[in-house]
Amino acid sequence: MHPAPSVIIFTVFSGMGFGLLAFLGVGLPATSGWAAFFLWGLGYGLAVGGLLASTFHLGNPQRFLRAFTQWRSSWLSREAIASVGCLLALAPVALSDWLQLGWPRGLGLIGAALAVLTIFCTSMIYAQLKTIPRWNHWTTPALFMLFAGAGGAILAGQNGAGAVFSALLVAVLLTAFRIGDGAFAARAQTLGTATGLGIIGPVQGAVRVFEQPHTSPNYLMREMIYLVARKHVEKLRALALIGAGIGPALLLPLTPPTMMGFAVIALLHLIGAFAARWLFFAQAEHVVGLYYGQR
Amino acid sequence: MTSLPTHTEKRLGLAIDLDTCVGCQACVTACKGWNDQGYGAPLSDQDPYGAAPSGAFLNRVHSYEITAADQSAAVIVNFPRSCLHCEDAPCVPVCPTGASYKRVEDGIVLVNEDSCIGCGLCAWACPYGAREMDADMGVMKKCTLCVDRIYNDHLPEEDRVPACVRTCPTGARHFGDFADPESTVSKLSAARGGYDLMPDLGTRPTNKYLPPRRKDAPDLSAPLAPLLDIQATGFAGWLDKVLGKI
Ligand code: SF4
Ligand code: SF4
Ligand code: SF4
Repeated sequence: MHPAPSVIIFTVFSGMGFGLLAFLGVGLPATSGWAAFFLWGLGYGLAVGGLLASTFHLGNPQRFLRAFTQWRSSWLSREAIASVGCLLALAPVALSDWLQLGWPRGLGLIGAALAVLTIFCTSMIYAQLKTIPRWNHWTTPALFMLFAGAGGAILAGQNGAGAVFSALLVAVLLTAFRIGDGAFAARAQTLGTATGLGIIGPVQGAVRVFEQPHTSPNYLMREMIYLVARKHVEKLRALALIGAGIGPALLLPLTPPTMMGFAVIALLHLIGAFAARWLFFAQAEHVVGLYYGQR
Repeated sequence: MTSLPTHTEKRLGLAIDLDTCVGCQACVTACKGWNDQGYGAPLSDQDPYGAAPSGAFLNRVHSYEITAADQSAAVIVNFPRSCLHCEDAPCVPVCPTGASYKRVEDGIVLVNEDSCIGCGLCAWACPYGAREMDADMGVMKKCTLCVDRIYNDHLPEEDRVPACVRTCPTGARHFGDFADPESTVSKLSAARGGYDLMPDLGTRPTNKYLPPRRKDAPDLSAPLAPLLDIQATGFAGWLDKVLGKI
């Protein structure tokens, strides 16, 4: 799949943002005054910024309100509703923390649950697609949840939770890499099944592309076939594992609670998360590529 | 609503004959020609006269080569690819806006372009590459089964079929109702072993593909039979006899 920058930025930032909002919603850490303003602001900034970035890849973003209507069937619609619900539910909590109004925190728990739901919905947009075997697996929601958990914990200064989530992230990333590499072959879809020519009828044998149906790439090929730069996979995987997982898992327990320390770890995590998310898209192969003899 | 109907009254679709298709691309052109002036946003092209022309099409014709296992000559199969109007269309439930839907009356899968936000998720969900985004209008385009022809009283009777079906010079595309076992397409599909593309994905396509026939295979049952069995008659027979005696 084409790794569109807007979608990569959206999923990484909004995941981290909703992770942070979930922690703040349940009162971890309990903040007040300008510290609260800064943390809540960061959570809202990342979450809203990510959502805005996601509209850049829409053909008609001005109609976005319609995306709230199909929650019965569509994970994308559910994501839209959950995300806005979360941002609304947490607003009074944030205000109360900032201005020390002492309002009850019940909405905070609801907002935190909605934040987790938002991340899950985002992940299911990808995980539901049978056409992309690498994504169509439980590791996809697990990865999105753990990225949000680790990123949110780091920003919220929750060293213990951050270290645990980062360690789990390493394990799930490794699992996703291993299973994902064999996912396409495991579904056994080939040019033979895509055209039926390999298995049906009196003419049987090896099928290959004789001539392409058009002379330059179309929407399908631009969007769903991505052949470039897969050669750097191993380096990027190492970067993802060390930056997003191993680094924070080892450093968090040792880091004194200073602004600088957290900023460095957060940056490290972010670099790893971007590498992992780029690979998530660039390595995903869509079955439509079979028709073109390219994946 | 983007939930799929549990049942459709008709199951309109195409039977595509891979045996007769010659890959002339007439259906590609006819489809583009009809659909860039009627239903919805015109199918735009980008850089149409330049070095890398590109555009939205609802129908594409591929060309494949089958190298048969028995080492006989390779076979070229031309392969038209358009929306299969799946019964369990995965492109429909993913749509966040309700723009994508499947009609209860005839099973046609359509996009309401006024609601489409151009997120592209339906194209990701389709295994068959049947949906292409219009780069100018930012809305999703797909085969409409020429819904604006097949019910169109302003057209003469013989034109009330999809443009691709009407134009095909070899009659390789057939249109009809697969829910009716007596329809031409149902009978054709039954007689010729019409099959589904990637059936494992559970989409239950309406369109059927009719497999290519084997036309060029040597008679392997008796490889030397033709050589032993020359029975020339008439002048050739006389010549054969005469020459044989010299
Ligand atoms: S062929 Fe693709 S676009 Fe058409 S109904 Fe099936 S899944 Fe949807
Ligand atoms: S591109 Fe349009 S039709 Fe397709 S899923 Fe998005 S809103 Fe629905
Ligand atoms: S039925 Fe109409 S829209 Fe569909 S491929 Fe044929 S000409 Fe194009």
